[in-house]
Amino acid sequence: METAVAVLTGLYFAVSIYLMLSRHIIRILLGAVTLSTGANLSFFAMGRITREVPPIIPGDLYLPVEGAANALPQALVLTAIVIAFSLFAFLLVLVMRSYQELGTDDTHAMRDAEPEGAPLPPMGY
Amino acid sequence: MDPTVKPKVDLADAFVIEAPALADWLIVAPLVIGFVFAAICLMTRKDTGRQPAIALTGLALILLSVVGLFVHVLANGTVIMAMGRWLPPFGIAFVADTLGATLALVSGIVGLAAGLYALREIDNTEMRYGFYPFLLMMLAGVICAFVTGDIFNLYVWFEVLLLGSFGLLILGSRREQLDGATKYAFLNLVATTLFLIAVAYLYGLFGTLNMADIARKAAVMDDVGPRLTIAALFFFAFAIKAAAFPLSFWLPASYHTPRLSVGAVFAGLLTKVGVYALLRILLTLFPADRDDLAFAIAVVAAASMVLGALGALAQTDMRRLLGYLVISGIGVMLAGLALGSATGLSGAAFYTAHSMVVMTALYLLVGVVGAAAGTFDLHRAGGLYASMPWLAVIALVLALSASGLPPFSGLWPKIFLVKASIDVGAWWLAGAILLSGFVTTIALVRLFAYAFWRPAHADARAPDPATVPVVAVGYPVLAGLCALTAIAGVHPEPFIQVSDRIAFELMNPGGYIEAVYGAPPAVADVPAEGDMQ
Repeated sequence: METAVAVLTGLYFAVSIYLMLSRHIIRILLGAVTLSTGANLSFFAMGRITREVPPIIPGDLYLPVEGAANALPQALVLTAIVIAFSLFAFLLVLVMRSYQELGTDDTHAMRDAEPEGAPLPPMGY
Repeated sequence: MDPTVKPKVDLADAFVIEAPALADWLIVAPLVIGFVFAAICLMTRKDTGRQPAIALTGLALILLSVVGLFVHVLANGTVIMAMGRWLPPFGIAFVADTLGATLALVSGIVGLAAGLYALREIDNTEMRYGFYPFLLMMLAGVICAFVTGDIFNLYVWFEVLLLGSFGLLILGSRREQLDGATKYAFLNLVATTLFLIAVAYLYGLFGTLNMADIARKAAVMDDVGPRLTIAALFFFAFAIKAAAFPLSFWLPASYHTPRLSVGAVFAGLLTKVGVYALLRILLTLFPADRDDLAFAIAVVAAASMVLGALGALAQTDMRRLLGYLVISGIGVMLAGLALGSATGLSGAAFYTAHSMVVMTALYLLVGVVGAAAGTFDLHRAGGLYASMPWLAVIALVLALSASGLPPFSGLWPKIFLVKASIDVGAWWLAGAILLSGFVTTIALVRLFAYAFWRPAHADARAPDPATVPVVAVGYPVLAGLCALTAIAGVHPEPFIQVSDRIAFELMNPGGYIEAVYGAPPAVADVPAEGDMQ
């Protein structure tokens, strides 16, 4: 099961790198989202995937029974999903605003902060 | 299941039974104060008359609490607090050793300086859109990143400070801000995601997230391959965060676009959190892998400091010049990490604190200069020596300090780093440190010569300094920061003692582990300079 998730994670990373190499910012955004999904999946796989044994300790025991699901990576992934989602929401608005304001989604054409052909600093006193 | 088999746990062993000492609460005080005051500022954001007073009270209280924490850590050794009473490694622990407490202290100073300067710089609209809540949240996030002892928690604080910085960066929504913020946001998001991936692999390998526990397990782990992979992934992620050379292009694209008070707090804090994370992870957690990566780190460091300084030399806009100087300074800090010796780490720690103060001051200075000269362009500025002689003094102090010239605080760490480089025969690294200092001197003294020394342009319509609002608040803030760099320059002994102690603690992670695992707090002896190679 871990192998399948690992292959899937690799696919996600490959897709996200392909998308992020684009010049167009909406594709970069989709690439970043895919990357964080890949990260979440790899976190999930790293906690070792088990089936159908809830991580609840029976009353007469001190430890969870053998093969119980690992609750910690699920909690961590949940946190990471919430954070990634809020960042995605922010980036979506930022991308839309900068597209409206700058009139382009091509990163090569976004040169407002670092204008092309800026003059050299003064060479003499 | 977890790969490490845990024995049956006695509940008394898993919980903190006694209440922590009152002084230990100082470690969470910046978090509580920052978030509470950010919430109050958010509720009163329409009340632009009262909000600055509330926010500055919060910033001053944060500064007081980190001063208290620093004094407490210096006197009693590493301070630890376990969240929810769960003993390490089960709960999240906040651990303030000397490095964390020192950087938290300097962050408090930087935050208050930027908040004071912002009093006269930001307008009511920006205040209504939440300047102060963002600032307080970001500062709390930065300080918590310095004191957290849990690696996933570090990721969370990175996100908190990242979201705060997004808000500050786009406040005002000018065209160049949106452009800069887009690049900043994407590259930082990719960096934190890579950090998260590294944390995932680390959890898969060690089954724990507590830093002291990881350090303990990594030390006895023979399998170098996976550990080195994780260390390299962390290095890559935090090198983006710290803006080390080949990964630095987001910084000069964005730091000059927001207000100068925002640029100042960014330059002072954000990249240094990346440097801190590198020091913590590569020295406390994976010291063996730092040795393997040392050459790569040294090359990155040399490239950052030289190319950053050269980039600064090529700028006409004073704000963009400073962005490149930040990168150059990061290179100097990474040189200490690459050397890894006591002298080198002491220099890196000292330089980090120095750079936080001086880069903040330089941004604020350029803010005053730009407001008084009416331009940030080196071609058109001029004549400020005649109209504002005291500002000229401040500018010269900061230029000398940032270049590493005596009698200011940049000198001592650079001497340490050059000496440490020569000690191990890395003459090229020593040469890069000296060359970057030389080029920085040219870049900053040229700024001084053009903006202050030469007469004003005939057609310049520079406003009267007396009418510029930021001047009144800029002078005391800048004077305070200059005093800090001057004191550390002429009387460096106590500062060197602290940085030596930081280097000692970083090189001996056993003390950190012991402090987290409840042994009596170990006060690290401060060995004399030079006898702990």
